[in-house]
Amino acid sequence: MPSEEPLVAAHVLEFPGGYTRTTGPVIGRFLTELRDRRLVGVRTAGGRVLVPPLEYDPDTGEPVTEEYVEVGPAGTVQAWAWVGSPRPGHPLDRPFAWALIRLDGADTALVHAVDAGSRKALRPGLRVRPRWRAATSGHITDIECFLPEVASLVAPVRAEYRVTPGRALTRFLEGVRDGRFVGGRCGECAAVYVPYRVSCPACGSVIEEEVEVADTGTVTTFAINNLPDPRAPEVPFVSAYVLLDGADTPMIALIGGVPAHEVRQGMRVRAVWLPPEERTLSMANVKWFEPTGEPDADLDESAGGAR
Amino acid sequence: MRDVAVVAFAQTVHTGHDAGPAEPELLLPVIDEVKRATGLKRFGFTCSGSCDYLAGAPFSFVSALDAVGAWPPISESHVEMDGAFALYEAWVRLQHGDIDTALVYGFGKSSMSDIREIMTLQLDPYYLAPLGLDQVSYAALQAAAVNADRAALDEIVRRSRAGGRANPYALDLPDPAGEEFEVEPLRPYDVAPVTDGAAAVVLAAGDRARELAGRPAWITGIAHRAEPHYLGMRDLARSVSTAEAGRAAGVGKGPVDVAELHTQFSHEEPILREALGLSADVMVNPSGGPLAANPVMATGLIRIGEAARRILDGSADRAVAHATSGPCLQQNLVAVLDQSL
Ligand SMILES: [Zn+2]
Repeated sequence: MPSEEPLVAAHVLEFPGGYTRTTGPVIGRFLTELRDRRLVGVRTAGGRVLVPPLEYDPDTGEPVTEEYVEVGPAGTVQAWAWVGSPRPGHPLDRPFAWALIRLDGADTALVHAVDAGSRKALRPGLRVRPRWRAATSGHITDIECFLPEVASLVAPVRAEYRVTPGRALTRFLEGVRDGRFVGGRCGECAAVYVPYRVSCPACGSVIEEEVEVADTGTVTTFAINNLPDPRAPEVPFVSAYVLLDGADTPMIALIGGVPAHEVRQGMRVRAVWLPPEERTLSMANVKWFEPTGEPDADLDESAGGAR
Repeated sequence: MRDVAVVAFAQTVHTGHDAGPAEPELLLPVIDEVKRATGLKRFGFTCSGSCDYLAGAPFSFVSALDAVGAWPPISESHVEMDGAFALYEAWVRLQHGDIDTALVYGFGKSSMSDIREIMTLQLDPYYLAPLGLDQVSYAALQAAAVNADRAALDEIVRRSRAGGRANPYALDLPDPAGEEFEVEPLRPYDVAPVTDGAAAVVLAAGDRARELAGRPAWITGIAHRAEPHYLGMRDLARSVSTAEAGRAAGVGKGPVDVAELHTQFSHEEPILREALGLSADVMVNPSGGPLAANPVMATGLIRIGEAARRILDGSADRAVAHATSGPCLQQNLVAVLDQSL
């Protein structure tokens, strides 16, 4: 009785030990030089340098000259295809690129693999150089692959400092430790600056008067941040300018307790403080500002005191 | 020059897997079909296209002759290429003037092995094959050189697969989807599917063609050209040989209603359109083309058959067919088929 599935047998086609080919003088010259880790092209009657060499000029069909020209070893990538999942027969077992590489001094492109690490490292004009195998035998795979030339390096930078906040910021942070926002009123301009400062940036007067402002305010502008930041509770997070009630200058702060896309200009917010026993001389005492639920403020009016 | 026409065409219902028949068994129904269509039992010349590496056996075309009936001895030839190139040989043979009919067929079962690796074996054995450069990789190098618009390629695949779904002989493939790459910049759906199948065409000359078909698809021009095999010796973004073959075949000498192009990768369509000077309003691969069914070694012959079918059935007056061979469109054949001479 015939079965539903066709009969199947495994079948292998193979030339045990490989298939021996003669190279002729032109390809043989290229492979011989390759064994000595040199790259050569052949010059056509028209003066072009073919790499790898062919016996004839592909443009005219005429035989090439007997002039061999050393090229490379560096070259320029003209086009590439990125192999994300190498196959068993491929030259590298990690992601790599196939590329058309015009070696310096050549007029045609060599096809080979480029070990670039990441596809982002590839671009037209990328400069590459061959990585040779430890033992060469006169075979195109004597070049294991090409590698990008060194065109950049990563320099680690690290220096340590002791920073002091200065008199004005210290005063402000002492207020924050005690759960209040301290500002300074300019005697000349009457503007209230928060955080507290010792001189007026507008008129240059020394600020003598310290005032406390409310821990409620209005969002004047904001940004939604999608990159993680160690100081932010989550991603995305919102950083905003908050104009505290009683202040004339807005202060930068985090906004929380509300989805990022709901934050808006004019939104009324209140500081969320850490419990008193957890507070230090740090802005971390304010976890963030969250909406009060009041109607939005009219920014044109609320900004009335700001210079 | 003798006037020669396509008078009959048949193809298998192609499959994306091995459905069981051996190659002569695939061929037998299509050869029967063209014999029935023409009433011919014997042909002046028989020529086939196939590839031993697909079958993994030498002289695999010989066993396929069982489907033809080779006794008493017939005048027969074979090309180790797509059947379209066998058709060219048959056309040349008909130019000799001593015979009036020819049978051409092509067949392949790419399900039997990994076509990506098999096509590595057709590369030059000195510079390319030892690298393990596989078919999709070298096609991706060409796609990168073309730098075609992604949305345009997606549209080519979408249109081809829709054409295939409407074609009872092609595969039923879904619309393109997915963001992954096979070899970047080619996505899996940019690559023609694995397909088993066969096709047959009957050529006839002069009055014999008029007897055998009501509206013979006259071959008013046919030519093929080759470029250097080595990829780095050519501008992969253009197909000079297609342009030259198209000029020699006279593509530009009249309006083109439909073109069937041997596009095994989506990016090949814009290259071939440009090389053949096909304007945007020329319908390309209404059959779905190779992106909807790619029975290797019959795919190019099917392009000629599909183009001829539209002349034979009256749905087109002038059609262009294209077939290719070798890596990255290295060799290209172009035929112009016309309802009049
Ligand atoms: Zn002032």
